[in-house]
Formats: sequence, structure tokens, C-alpha cells
Amino acid sequence: MATDSSATETPYPSTPSHTLEVRDLHVAVDGTPILKGVNLKVSSGQTHAIMGPNGSGKSTLAYSIAGHPKYTVTSGEVLLDGVDVLGLTVDARARAGLFLEMQYPVEVPGVSVSNFLRTAATAVRGEAPKLRDWAREVSGAMVDLEMDPAFAGRNVNEGFSGGEKKRHEILQMALLRPKIAILDETDSGLDVDALRVVSAGVNQVRATGVGTLLITHYTRILRYIEPDFVHVFFDGRIVESGGKELATILEDEGYARFGSAEPASV
Amino acid sequence: MTDSLTVIDDTRATAGGPLTSRPHSHGLVPTGSPAERFMSRTPDDFEEPSVRVEDWKFAPLRTLRPLLAGTPSDAQLRLDSTVPAGVELLTVAADDAVVQSVPQPTDRLGALAWDLSGDALVVRVPDGLEVAEPILLELAGDDTNPLVWNKIVIDLGVRSRATVIIEYTGLAKYAAVTSALVGDGASLDLVQIQNWDTGSLHNDHVGARLGAGSSYRHVSISLGGTVARLTPTVAFAGPGAKAELVGLAFAGPGQYQEARLYVDHSVPDCQSNVLYKTALEGDTSRTAWVGDVRIRPAATGTQTYELNRNLLLADGARADSVPNLEIETGEIVSAGHASATGRFDDLQLFYLQSRGIPEVEARKLVVRGFFVEVLNHIALTSLRERLLRDVETRLGAS
Ligand SMILES: Nc1ncnc2c1ncn2[C@@H]1O[C@H](COP(=O)(O)OP(=O)(O)OP(=O)(O)O)[C@@H](O)[C@H]1O
Ligand SMILES: [Mg+2]
Repeated sequence: MATDSSATETPYPSTPSHTLEVRDLHVAVDGTPILKGVNLKVSSGQTHAIMGPNGSGKSTLAYSIAGHPKYTVTSGEVLLDGVDVLGLTVDARARAGLFLEMQYPVEVPGVSVSNFLRTAATAVRGEAPKLRDWAREVSGAMVDLEMDPAFAGRNVNEGFSGGEKKRHEILQMALLRPKIAILDETDSGLDVDALRVVSAGVNQVRATGVGTLLITHYTRILRYIEPDFVHVFFDGRIVESGGKELATILEDEGYARFGSAEPASV
Repeated sequence: MTDSLTVIDDTRATAGGPLTSRPHSHGLVPTGSPAERFMSRTPDDFEEPSVRVEDWKFAPLRTLRPLLAGTPSDAQLRLDSTVPAGVELLTVAADDAVVQSVPQPTDRLGALAWDLSGDALVVRVPDGLEVAEPILLELAGDDTNPLVWNKIVIDLGVRSRATVIIEYTGLAKYAAVTSALVGDGASLDLVQIQNWDTGSLHNDHVGARLGAGSSYRHVSISLGGTVARLTPTVAFAGPGAKAELVGLAFAGPGQYQEARLYVDHSVPDCQSNVLYKTALEGDTSRTAWVGDVRIRPAATGTQTYELNRNLLLADGARADSVPNLEIETGEIVSAGHASATGRFDDLQLFYLQSRGIPEVEARKLVVRGFFVEVLNHIALTSLRERLLRDVETRLGAS
């Protein structure tokens, strides 16, 4: 893994450095092995992109790190600053500083965005944010993401368009200030303007020094959110890692050279 | 359908049933309920309650035995009332013409309550009086766990407007006939809050008769007690009236909550809207909802919709749900019903927890969210907020 010029985006000197380390992770779903030995290390200030074909296990990796009950870790470790997070509940992992931006955010009827955000921030920060500061913080972040203030009063993800859901996810990331953020296909379903706005939102959070793991199919988003590293995910593991130039190669050539699962089209 | 319940069954469901949803827009769905509802004030006109009798097929008859035995009792609940100026609160003899005019009970226990209770407690709102402040009747049982038979009549004069809140607390075995007479062009919000102590039994025939152009909103909030069984009925005495029946019930271990509704559209251009939600926690919690709506040949221009949602928080919880719509004229505006019973959505839980919210709190958020739709039907902000707190307290307690 070679660091390239984009690694000049180093964290603020004052920001403590955090590391998420995935060691030889094996995960099964309903008895079917999906992840087959994933190794990855993401530190504060770094942005890692993961690219790979449909069904290769990218979301499985993201969900497993977050602790989704459907995924069973059969072996391996996930460490945040050296501490095993696999033994923690989903909420404890979030409070420890992990954030998962979901490919398919869930609707929660009857729970308003503002209530949800405040409850989450209170849990993650360990105390309820002061009301006045909080109102300013939320409205500021919503302005940044070009979100209509009316969203605060709507029910979580209920009736949100695809793009609105993504903005709402990034809004949460901005407010919860994780140590390490995993973004699963933030770019999917976004129009060009939304992609720019959402990327800018992500970049603002990145600038605070968060370590970012970005799952994507397209280099489009990588033009806005420049990765320090690109990893190729194939059949449940990382099969190649490189700098951002790797993304362009993948987009041109596809994943054919990594295995028979995706035979090269003649 | 806005809530994302995992739908288990649309009619009769226990945890583990097949995954189906069947919202109806029209049509006849047979249930055990007869279209022509037999009504009487004479207990012996009704069959003895048993699981074979439709009205009693879900109820815990053994638990209800102290009431079903029909033992006379003069005991009363303690009454604390808040009555705004202009409103009358009276004790009126049962043979009074107004008291005699109230809708009749639909089952044996309703008839027993009528028969064994003496004078009626009458709330009268004179013609044209609009009361902004709610009329509050706080009824409390004491630690002697009395057997109480009762009659309550809420009588709204022509074009009057009022909110009546009846709250039940303490310990009692209580059976009542509660009646709402809503005059032409009048508007009544009747809110019953069952905050009984564990061990209490509550059976209530809540019969409403609506005058032309009137509106009636009945809200039932069942949180406490061991059994609460309400049989709300709506009869339309004149055209152009609106009825809204909403209910929220939370049943914990050993609790049974039933709502058995009968809305009888017999005159033109009336509307009825039913929304009942229940959440069940603990393996022995039970709820039943039966929503019978009848649209008679004369009831042209009717609009009606019924929705029942049940949220199972434990595997052994059981919610029965039986919507029933009988349409006897094609000249209606709309008629429909939907019913779904589902388990707690683990995805919602995961999503909330992934934002740092601990499981217990996340569950509460989801259940509270489930109920919010019902509470949003309560016009009075102070009452809505208070009920939300009651619900939260109830969720925290179990
Ligand atoms: N219950 C299950 N039983 C067996 N296989 C499953 C189950 N659930 C998911 N899978 C499989 O796990 C594999 C990995 O899925 P995952 O969602 O992680 O892929 P992905 O890389 O995120 O794909 P995409 O790019 O389409 O989002 C898929 O082949 C999927 O079919
Ligand atoms: Mg995926």
C-alpha cells in the first residue's frame, strides 16, 4: 500500500489518532460464508475506498463491523484503537466511535428526525447537548447539506427520496462525529448536484480528521472525495490495494482479472 | 399504510403466523358478528357468556367471573370532577327520559351494568355552549377493590361543543354503560383513560347517538388494569354526522385489552373513521379488536375506514383482529378497512442502535412512534402531551 499525494489531507495536529483494524475477518450469513479473511486498517485522517462487484461482500463487511445481528463472525477480529469491538452491542460500538452510513436506511414511523438526532447525540456524547447550541448545530449542518428545515419534523426516513435519505445519513455523521465512518454506497441514487452536496458534507467531516471507509462502484464520487487508498473487494476478501489510480483502472477494466466469478466479456 | 410493521396476518394473528397483508377496499367479510345487532337492557335476553358466543370468544371469562356473576353492589368509585362554568353535573334517576333514551347494551355484561347500577351520573352541556376547558371526571377505586356498577350519560345540547375526559385509577371491578348523546351540530370529544391498578376489571358499553351534522370523537387509552373491555357503538340519528373512534392499548404480561366496535350507518352522508393500535409485551399479554361497520340501504353517501395495527413485542403475545364491513348500498363514497399484526421490526432496532441509542431506549422510541399516530388525533395539546408521558411511563414500567 503506497501513500500518494492525496495523503496530504492529514488530520489536524490536535486531533488524536484512531485506528480501526480488521484482522482476518470471516463472516457467515445463515451458514453461508461471505467474508473469507478480510484485512484492513483505517486510521484517522485517511480515506479508504472499497470497490468490488455486486455480491462480493462489501455491505457484509460494513454491517459486520457495525454489529448487525444477521451476520455471524466465525473468526477474526475487529479492533478500534486496539480494543475488540466484536464483543460490544451495536449501540456500544456506535458510542465507541463507529458510524455506518447505510446503503438502505430504515424508516422509523412516528419518530421525528429531530427527536432521533437528539436522542442519538445524547447517547453518543454521553450527555444531552445544550438545547440552544444543539438547535444551531443541527440547523447549521442541515444548511450545509442543503436540507429543508422541515425535515427535522418529519419521521425518520419515512417517505424520504433516495437522495434525501443519503443527506440524512451524512447529517447524522456530521452530528455524531465518529472516529471511523463507513459509508456504504453514499453515491448511489444521487443526482450530480446531490452528489456534490453530499460529498462536500462528507469532506467537512473528513476535515475534522475522521477515518473514512468508502464503499462505492463508481469513480465519480472519488473525484469529490479523494481516497488515499483503493482496495479491490472480490469474493469476500481484499484482493488488491493501491492508490487512487487503481479506481480508474477498475472502472476501465472491470473485475475480470480477479477471478472467474465475473468472466470477461469477449 | 405508513408503518413498516412486519405483517403477520391481517385478520387473526399470533406470533409466527404466515406473512400476508390484505387491505380491503370493499366487500363482505364474514365474521361471527351478526349484522343486526341485538340490544337489550335485560341481562337474561342474552346468552350466558362462553367461548361459543361471538361477543365473548376472545375474553378471559374466568378472570371476568366476578363481574359476569352479576352480584348486586352499591359500591361507587370516588369521583373528583372538574366542571367548567355552564356545564351541569347531576345525579339523575334511571327512569328519567334522557337516561332512558340512551343506546342499549349489546351484550350480557352491558345489560347487567345497566340493570344493577342505580342513578345515572349525567354531564349536561346546554344548547349552544362551547366549553374550551375539558370536563374532567376522575374515577378511582380504593384498596377494598369494590364491585361497581355504573351509568354515565354525557348529553350535549344542540350546537354545543365539549371535551370530556374520564380517567380511571385505583383498584375496582367495574362495569358500566357510558353513553354519549350528541345533539344536532354539536361536537364531543370523549376520552377514556384506563390507568387502573393491576387486578382491576373494566367492562364498558360506550354507546353514542349522533345528531345531524354533529361530530364525535371517542378516544380510548388502555394502559393499566388486568382486563379492559370496551364495546363502543355509534348510531347516527341524522345525516351529515362524523364519528372518529381511536384507541391505544398497551398490554403487558397477564393483561387483556379488548375493543369491540359497532358503527351502524343508517342515514345518509355520515362518516366514520376508526384507528386502533395496540402493543403487546410479555408472553401472556392479549388483545382483541373487532371492528364491525354496517352500511344500511338508506346510508347513501357514507364514508368509512377502519384501521387496526397490533405490535407484538413478545413471541407468546396474542392479538386477535377482526375487521368486518357490511355494505348494503352501492351509493357510498368510500368504505375500507385494513388490519395488520406484526412483530417488532429488528431492522428499526438495529438502525437506532447503530446511532448509539441503547436497545431499551430504542425499543421505547419505536413503540412510542407506533402510538404517536393515535395520539395525534387528540386535539387538546396538553392532553396529548400528558398521554404521551403516560404511555412513556407505561413503557418504562414493564
Ligand atoms: N441469508 C443469506 N444467505 C446466503 N447468502 C446471503 C444471505 N444474505 C446475503 N447473502 C449473500 O451475501 C453476498 C454478499 O452480499 P453483500 O450485500 O455484502 O454484497 P455487496 O458487495 O454489498 O453487493 P452490492 O454491490 O450489490 O451492494 C451476496 O452474494 C448475497 O447474496
Ligand atoms: Mg452492498
